[in-house]
Amino acid sequence: MSRYYLTTEHHPENGTLLGFWLYLMSDCLVFACLFAVYAVLGRHYAGGPTGAELFDLPLVAVNTSLLLLSSITYGFAMLAMNGGRLRETLLWLAVTGMLGAGFIGLELHEFAHLVADGAGPQRSAFLSSFFTLVGTHGLHVTFGIVWLITLMMQLGRHGLTAANRRRVMCLSMFWHFLDVVWIGVFTVVYLLGVLP
Amino acid sequence: MSEEHVPHHDSAIEHAGSRKDYVTGFVLAVLLTAIPFWLVMGHVFGHSDVTAAIIIGLAIVQIVIHMVYFLHMNTRAEGGWSLLALLFTTMLVVIALSGSLWVMYHLDHNMMPAGMPDAMPGATAMPDPRTMP
Repeated sequence: MSRYYLTTEHHPENGTLLGFWLYLMSDCLVFACLFAVYAVLGRHYAGGPTGAELFDLPLVAVNTSLLLLSSITYGFAMLAMNGGRLRETLLWLAVTGMLGAGFIGLELHEFAHLVADGAGPQRSAFLSSFFTLVGTHGLHVTFGIVWLITLMMQLGRHGLTAANRRRVMCLSMFWHFLDVVWIGVFTVVYLLGVLP
Repeated sequence: MSEEHVPHHDSAIEHAGSRKDYVTGFVLAVLLTAIPFWLVMGHVFGHSDVTAAIIIGLAIVQIVIHMVYFLHMNTRAEGGWSLLALLFTTMLVVIALSGSLWVMYHLDHNMMPAGMPDAMPGATAMPDPRTMP
């Protein structure tokens, strides 16, 4: 497949996609600050529970699998869209949304469990930074799901128009970006957190 | 944009790889996720430092894999501007993370009263300027 002609063909859409990429990079800085806070405070337990005592790694592994699977199902939605297949696009987007909802459900379950055990965000600096970082990521995924549902409605009403295709591409970047942030979360927060 | 191109060849190409790209990326991502979980949950290494170094390394590799196979990052997308923005962001992230850890580690170290290694949960409070190096 030749690629050289894309530099001119691609031009009309540069604005939105590059702009959205720049937004993601700024979001990346938000997460970098939260990661820095967690890296500094992550072992300040204030006599309270530690990560090794609190974290349920099998649950985190399931959550990670859900998010990883949702990345490839979104990829399949993009492929279906590029093939001009609306129904298949909607189907893969629906699967992606359900995997995302499963992820959020498990995360809320984990949070509720922690708060019920007296390990809420006010317990220690470790838990404050934990809830801030993981909660911010979860909030992003939640808004991603809201966006996904809105987009599915627009696709259902207007089909694969140029505007809708651009929106699907932006959400694709957003969704994959959140998966990248999650790599940092499961590594730094959960896996490093339980190491003695 | 001309309409006679088949959809697969239009501007979406830079933001959607082939099925092979997605599957390759997915398989690599699964491996790079499974290995660190196995290392930590199976207590494979006796030393935390060794495990930590390896899983951080694997995370960095996995981030690159996601960038290449899922986000389709390359030197050509948007005329190289997305890559430039990414590199600039990476630089800022590295400065923010390493700087925070470096400064706060020394702050903790200087705030730690002798003989009371665990008695200072609030050790990140304001430092005493006289104890600063």
